[in-house]
Amino acid sequence: MQESLLHIEGLTKAYPGVVANDTVSLTIGHGEVHALLGENGAGKSTLVKMIYGLVKPDSGQMTFKGQDYAPPKPSVARQTGVAMVFQHFSLFEALTVAENIALGMENPPAQNDLARQIKEVSQTYGLPLDPLRTVGTLSAGERQRVEIIRCLLQNPKLLIMDEPTSVLTPQEVDILFKTLRQLKSEGTSILYISHKLEEIRALCDTATILRHGKNVGTKTPSTATARELAELMVGASFDSPQKKEKDLGQTLLKIDALNVAATDHFGTSLKDVSFEIKAGEILGIGGVAGNGQDELLMALSGEQSVTSGAIEFDATDISHLPPHDRRLRGLLCAPEERLGHAAAPNMSLTENAIMTAADRKGLRKNGFLNWAGARQFAQDVIAAFDVRTPGTENAARSLSGGNLQKFVIGREVLQNPKVLIVNQPTWGVDAAAAASIRQALLDLAQNGAGVIVISQDLDELIEISDNFGALNEGRLSAIKPMASLSLDEIGLMMGGSHGMEAMQ
Amino acid sequence: MIRLEKRPTPSRLLTGLTPILAVLLTMIVGGLMFWILGKPPVEAIRIIFWDPLFDPNFAAYSRPQLLVKAGPLILIAIGLSMGFRAGIWNIGAEGQYIMGAIFGAAAALAVYPKESALIFPAMIIAGAFGGWLWAMIPAILRTRFNTNEILVSLMLVYVAESILASVSQGLLKNPEGYGFPGSRNLQQYPSAANVEILPNSGMHWGVVAAFIAVIFAYVLLTRHTRGFEIRLTGEAPKAARFAGVNPTRIIVFCLGLSGALAGMAGMFEVAGPAGQITIDFNSGYGFTAIIVAFLGRLHPIGILLASLLMALTYIGGELAQLMLGLPGASIQLFQGMLLFFLLATDVFTNYRIKLGRTKLGGSQ
Amino acid sequence: MDLGGLNLFVLIASLMVSATPILLAAIGETVVEKAGVLNLGVEGMMITGAVVGFAVAINTGSAPFGFVAAAIAAALLSLTFGFLTQVLLSNQVATGLGLTLVGLGLSALIGKPYEGLKSVVLQPVKIPVLSDIPGFGRMLFSHDPMVYISLIIVAGVWAWLKFTRAGLVLRAVGENHEAAHALGYKVIRIRMLAIMFGGACAGLGGAYISLVRVPQWTEGMTAGAGWIALAIVVFASWKPWRILLGAYLFGGVTVLQLNLQAMGVAIPVEYLSMSPYLITIAVLVFISARGNQNAPAALAKPFHASN
Repeated sequence: MQESLLHIEGLTKAYPGVVANDTVSLTIGHGEVHALLGENGAGKSTLVKMIYGLVKPDSGQMTFKGQDYAPPKPSVARQTGVAMVFQHFSLFEALTVAENIALGMENPPAQNDLARQIKEVSQTYGLPLDPLRTVGTLSAGERQRVEIIRCLLQNPKLLIMDEPTSVLTPQEVDILFKTLRQLKSEGTSILYISHKLEEIRALCDTATILRHGKNVGTKTPSTATARELAELMVGASFDSPQKKEKDLGQTLLKIDALNVAATDHFGTSLKDVSFEIKAGEILGIGGVAGNGQDELLMALSGEQSVTSGAIEFDATDISHLPPHDRRLRGLLCAPEERLGHAAAPNMSLTENAIMTAADRKGLRKNGFLNWAGARQFAQDVIAAFDVRTPGTENAARSLSGGNLQKFVIGREVLQNPKVLIVNQPTWGVDAAAAASIRQALLDLAQNGAGVIVISQDLDELIEISDNFGALNEGRLSAIKPMASLSLDEIGLMMGGSHGMEAMQ
Repeated sequence: MIRLEKRPTPSRLLTGLTPILAVLLTMIVGGLMFWILGKPPVEAIRIIFWDPLFDPNFAAYSRPQLLVKAGPLILIAIGLSMGFRAGIWNIGAEGQYIMGAIFGAAAALAVYPKESALIFPAMIIAGAFGGWLWAMIPAILRTRFNTNEILVSLMLVYVAESILASVSQGLLKNPEGYGFPGSRNLQQYPSAANVEILPNSGMHWGVVAAFIAVIFAYVLLTRHTRGFEIRLTGEAPKAARFAGVNPTRIIVFCLGLSGALAGMAGMFEVAGPAGQITIDFNSGYGFTAIIVAFLGRLHPIGILLASLLMALTYIGGELAQLMLGLPGASIQLFQGMLLFFLLATDVFTNYRIKLGRTKLGGSQ
Repeated sequence: MDLGGLNLFVLIASLMVSATPILLAAIGETVVEKAGVLNLGVEGMMITGAVVGFAVAINTGSAPFGFVAAAIAAALLSLTFGFLTQVLLSNQVATGLGLTLVGLGLSALIGKPYEGLKSVVLQPVKIPVLSDIPGFGRMLFSHDPMVYISLIIVAGVWAWLKFTRAGLVLRAVGENHEAAHALGYKVIRIRMLAIMFGGACAGLGGAYISLVRVPQWTEGMTAGAGWIALAIVVFASWKPWRILLGAYLFGGVTVLQLNLQAMGVAIPVEYLSMSPYLITIAVLVFISARGNQNAPAALAKPFHASN
């Protein structure tokens, strides 16, 4: 057997209350694309952080090219030849591409040389990028290129990529895969983290599957079936959401030429967004992060003021109404950012329940709040949505992402909305919780509500939506029936590949 | 190696305990400071914290003073705590206090020497209005232009001090004062005087107002929508907007309330313990109240207790000045240290201290 | 060049002196804020610098010693702010206010024995040749060394932030501390150093008030200069050269106001003396109404490295 590049033996890391990695072992060969597969919370991130020197293992050994390897900090890992592209980009919006790249290098050359090198590398690997652009103005895909080029300039032996396709359109995914295959052919090994089985089957040579922090199997993706991999990843089987045939009712919400200016410096403005949603319909709105999703939700929730006539609900213009009045009429929302937007982290679940439910649940009289009623409602949400928490008086931040998301969605669903708008309803949520959330949304539509699902997870939208549109740079595409669309068409609606013209 | 680990839920027990811990730490370090200054540390601490209440020679004079000093601190700190909870930083209460005193005194002096039962209530309204008006400047600038309220409210303290200097030598100057700056003494104007309600208790109308403010704030924060909105805005401003809280209204309400309460405090002071408008009428209550608000954990009952404690350090400080020749400034430093220790111990409510081996790579 | 009894050259020369304390404090605070930390304790650090500088200068008979001691003392004081906000994660606004209150108390305590004493004089440096230019020589090239040092600090900070790697890292930390941490930069250490630099600059500014501008010690003598310095940082959109502009504009207003007072212009003294504060408010309103998009993104946000 050829000497391996990275060998990991019995790596363990425990946090209070949870063992993130439990005696994990794996081996990555030279020029191998190795997948690390697992659900959210399976311990993938902790494992790569240990490889990258961000977290120190409690026990276990690593060897890199046969040498003992225990990086005390990322710079040592980088010097050894390990580079990492983070899922949440560690970029600085107000700085330029070149400055960002310089920050990630041990001994960066002068800015002019660096700019030239960036251009060279970006041309070699088909990743166009202008070194002098401010990062805040780049699309998500372009930002990822910044991270990748930053890594490539260090000539890494091992490139770690954490969920790289979650911010890309299908066309951009193709470009990325081409780059990764080129790297592989040049002898670079890649550790590729994902929970998307099809991608892994298309790209990877080997796959290590993590579940609850343990290595539950190493497979060859090209020979294993997707079902086999999925079962290893999830463990127990659970019901996948059931979609039933139904007829759509009358129009509930009509958006007509909605224009919203960007709220902050690097925000996106909405341009001429128009669509409508009928009773019983699930409308999926796709698009890469940062193309106006937050802005759309905030315009609909009433957090962002809009010009009159743009939003019509139940045949009445509600454009000027504040959030309270929209809720009273039955237009409810669940924003993406759980901690800080959908919920107040340090406040109890009771307080978080009354936050949006005071009006529709009659928990307020003459300005005074009914705390007993609020507690009961929080209890109801916890029971109906199987939220795992010791009780209603626990702070929102003490819940895991999946449980808090179930609470946030449940809080709105149990208020019987006429129209519910959710943004990224299952982001960072484990598969079982995601399935139950999707089922709740389907049930809601089944019972005659309109549901708008804004999501960057195309699989999710394909699974539950009746109709589909995509946001691209603040514009919404035409709305089409989901069943009529191919992946290619969806990708084009999302804007194809962004920023490829920078090379010309 | 010590490292901090975030608690899943803030500790309620420690929320109550940290102020006590901070007071004890301040006593220890303060004692050390007194020792460096060449004063007996234990005796100094005893004179500040014990003698004003229990020494037979001083208690008779000092005990009533406790309420006299605590009254304005409670009023101002209750108002400030509302804003602080919502992340609105009014640090110009001193200026609002001055303007309240000027407006309150002016209302009385305008009708001098008429006597009427309506004069005192009118002064209260005028005082509250003066403070409110002064606080509305940063409120409007913040809501209209997004101007930082910290800097504006603070700048307005200096402006108010200039106005105070001007009116005490001009507009409100006592025409029978032989040319000395300062207004007529309101204590000698029966309809306008803020008198002691119970003899030798220190209880004047300002203290009554302070107690009412405590109850009002308590009910507002625990039972009322507006109080909930204030807390929500401070905890998570984006979530508050999502819930439907109008940020402009919260800013105007919090700054307006704190201004009105500070203005009232100024009015009660000028009509009572101080008696008249003078160039150096203000004595820093507006700044000390910031410490009081934090020491009381921004909680109405806590503020009540913290005000009494802070009043004690004022009285005890004066006593220590008299008995030990302790410099007056050392009490000011003492109060500042108290805030520092409070902020330092605050970390325990949200984080656990873990003793463990060093974690490399920044995983502390 | 006389304008209604005011000599323009003298006016500019004195505005440079009058602006120097605020300039020093503001350029220090710029570095602190560029690192993502809001230290509202500038006033407290300045007044501590003022009293320590004065006391040391009197006792050693040397003004330069006074300045050095002021910088060290204020930097040490700022370290308490750094420890509280960076290590114990206390609220930056509250801690900054606390620092001001502590500084005011501490300075009053230290300064008691020095009230009414006359300061040691800091000799002006006449730059050869240039200072002989009529008018301009007196205006620009006959100042005390601290005026030039403050200008050198401004230029140094500008170049350091713009051209050095350390400056880039500092800006990165102020933009996104999570990302900087993920890249392996020591966020807390970098911020601590920035806070101490800010403290030292504020201390120098304070000492300039007690040793050159006034020059004696009185309680509370900084009279809001620290707060005005904070306002100038906002006015300048965190850009060093605009700090210079802001501080000198402000110095100009102060000098003009003092000159008008001295000339006995028919405006009551109280209104003239409140003018610097009113003008500061007006400038803040103007800047904020225009929208501020240059603030460091991580400003005043707490950083706790967790995984």
